[in-house]
Amino acid sequence: MATVKKSFHNACKKGNEFRLGGAQELESTAVLQVFLDSEFRHKKPNFGSCGGGAERARMEVELKEMLDDLQSLRQSLSDPSLHASIDKLQSRVDHLTHLAKSVPVRRTKVKDMSAEVVDSNPYSRLMALQRMGIVENYERIREFSVAIVVCICLLLPIYLSKKAFASTLGIGGVGSVAAEMLTRCGIGRILLYDYDKVELANMNRLFFRPEQVGMTKTDAAVQTLSDINPDVVLESYTLNITTVQGFETFMSSLKNKTFCPSKEGSGVELVLSCVDNYEARMVVNQACNELNQTWMESEAQLSRLMPVCEIARLFILIQNLNVLGLKHFQSVSEDAVSGHIQLLIPGETACFACAPPLVVASGVDERTLKREGVCAASLPTTMGVVAGLLVQNTLKFLLKFGHVSPYLGYSSLKDYFPTMAMKPNPQCSNAACLERQKEYILAKPARDAAEKAKMEAEAAAVAADVPLHDDNEWNISVLDDSEMESTGATSSDALPDGLTRELPSADEFQKPPTSGATDNAIDDLEELRRQLEALNAD
Amino acid sequence: MEGWDPNTKSTLTQIPLLTTKAGPRDGAAWTQRLKEEYRALIAYTQMNKSKDNDWFRISAANPEGTRWTGKCWYVHNLLKYEFDLQFDIPVTYPATAPELELPELDGKTQKMYRGGKICLTVHFKPLWAKNCPRFGIAHALCLGLAPWLAAEIPILVDSGMIKHKDDATSSNES
Repeated sequence: MATVKKSFHNACKKGNEFRLGGAQELESTAVLQVFLDSEFRHKKPNFGSCGGGAERARMEVELKEMLDDLQSLRQSLSDPSLHASIDKLQSRVDHLTHLAKSVPVRRTKVKDMSAEVVDSNPYSRLMALQRMGIVENYERIREFSVAIVVCICLLLPIYLSKKAFASTLGIGGVGSVAAEMLTRCGIGRILLYDYDKVELANMNRLFFRPEQVGMTKTDAAVQTLSDINPDVVLESYTLNITTVQGFETFMSSLKNKTFCPSKEGSGVELVLSCVDNYEARMVVNQACNELNQTWMESEAQLSRLMPVCEIARLFILIQNLNVLGLKHFQSVSEDAVSGHIQLLIPGETACFACAPPLVVASGVDERTLKREGVCAASLPTTMGVVAGLLVQNTLKFLLKFGHVSPYLGYSSLKDYFPTMAMKPNPQCSNAACLERQKEYILAKPARDAAEKAKMEAEAAAVAADVPLHDDNEWNISVLDDSEMESTGATSSDALPDGLTRELPSADEFQKPPTSGATDNAIDDLEELRRQLEALNAD
Repeated sequence: MEGWDPNTKSTLTQIPLLTTKAGPRDGAAWTQRLKEEYRALIAYTQMNKSKDNDWFRISAANPEGTRWTGKCWYVHNLLKYEFDLQFDIPVTYPATAPELELPELDGKTQKMYRGGKICLTVHFKPLWAKNCPRFGIAHALCLGLAPWLAAEIPILVDSGMIKHKDDATSSNES
């Protein structure tokens, strides 16, 4: 800044020297202008990187002084014809002052969350939840870790015919937005998993910015999130969790307890799965079942089995929204524009393998669904809604307020939000799930005792109140909902009309007769490997 | 299996089925599964050779047998088009099928997921799910990769997306 000012003074002096020189004088004012411009163009990038508030204040002072100097220069000039150019310079400095004010400043870390209502407190509106009595202790959120499994690819496909026109899909949508929401809420720690890079095709999603193209998604996310809230501890993992190696890293990072050593179980409170394919969901399911880790599943998609008319409607919708171009028509759910979130507590609720995904035929005859030209798509709006539902449920789960939905669907075409609870399947194909189910049943007496104690405590609290009815002439009694449910539940495999399983369940597995034939087969791995190599050689 | 040609059907019935339900993290059970995978692959390769329909080479790239690499080829208009083939055995195998990759074709066709993973969603995944754990790598090649190549390569060649290596390098090797 000092150099700018000095050269400015020199230039002013020059202007004074040639005061009488008519044309020459004009020229030197122009020189001064060019000089100032170049100085500022050179300096400008520093505004962004300097960051700190002190430096910005200094810059404002300098600019103000420059304005004063210009004013005095204007007064000292006798020739009124020069005033116009000086005015122009002044307006430019004014403009610069404005620019300097709008330069973003990174906020410093906040040690304790405060409930004080001042405009400089990033948490005042969150802490208000506590004051309103909705949340008991909001500040606890800083102790929590949440792992978010984002993306896992998906480009292109969905071809049911050779004419299919599907193109880029890939989520990242829900995961990155959920991460941003949790960051703004001031969560303690976020772990991010993805193996993708940011591409221009991702710009229909919220969150990523064009200048981040080429970065890994996790790094780009960490960059943005740490700018938004430096208080959050961010860990990024660029790996493919479906491979054996990636899975081991995934498991060990979930188990790592350095952030909160006193915590029981794994190192995170919750895993959020925001992936977009069956394989990756099965992997998250496997890891969480083994670690006895509660997790939430999410999906924000369009149908693979979407009738052509729906697609046409969607195109119009998308064009109206002006969000996506036709060429980048995107990904994926059950009936056109829908999604869901699901809470999975190993042993207590159905795991992902217990209840395989269903395909909902959205009020249309299913035979008409599989047709040429169908594809999959996603809207940033749907993803925003699902991410919002997911994080809302997460906050309720972590901060223990309200009702945590075990399953919440969203069908946007009809704005229908179904909820339900699913019990685990005693014949689940996942061994770890069966183990958790056994543990859950074994823990039942303790759970019942705790429940009873809680009920008694509550009853004691209201004991002072008079009973609702003194007499019971008709012997009316109230039954427990959960008891009725368990007796009324049928173990039938039949699905309601309009639903089919996305993947068929495995056929009954018949053990082949263990005759002598199999005993004679070669049973040495090395020998088998050699045989295959020999076949491969020629 | 409706809609599949009788040739593929008869080939399929001759590939030995697997019995052990085990993934790469299951220790000894996985070794057992690996043996069965080898037996199926050997039988399938032998069968292809005897029918003069040899079309792939595949071998384990690591001792644990979790990564596989090789080649596959397809003959179109009397010209042979050859591609690298690779895949990992997923941790949730055999509940989920391996994702077969043809890295050279990445970005050249829409019927592919990122990284050159061919799309198996519609024509193969339901079959795999229905036949878990009896299907293995050999079945994935027979019912997953082979029809994909047969459907895709002619289109890719005709549209000029891929060129025969002789045209590309103009060498005189046949």
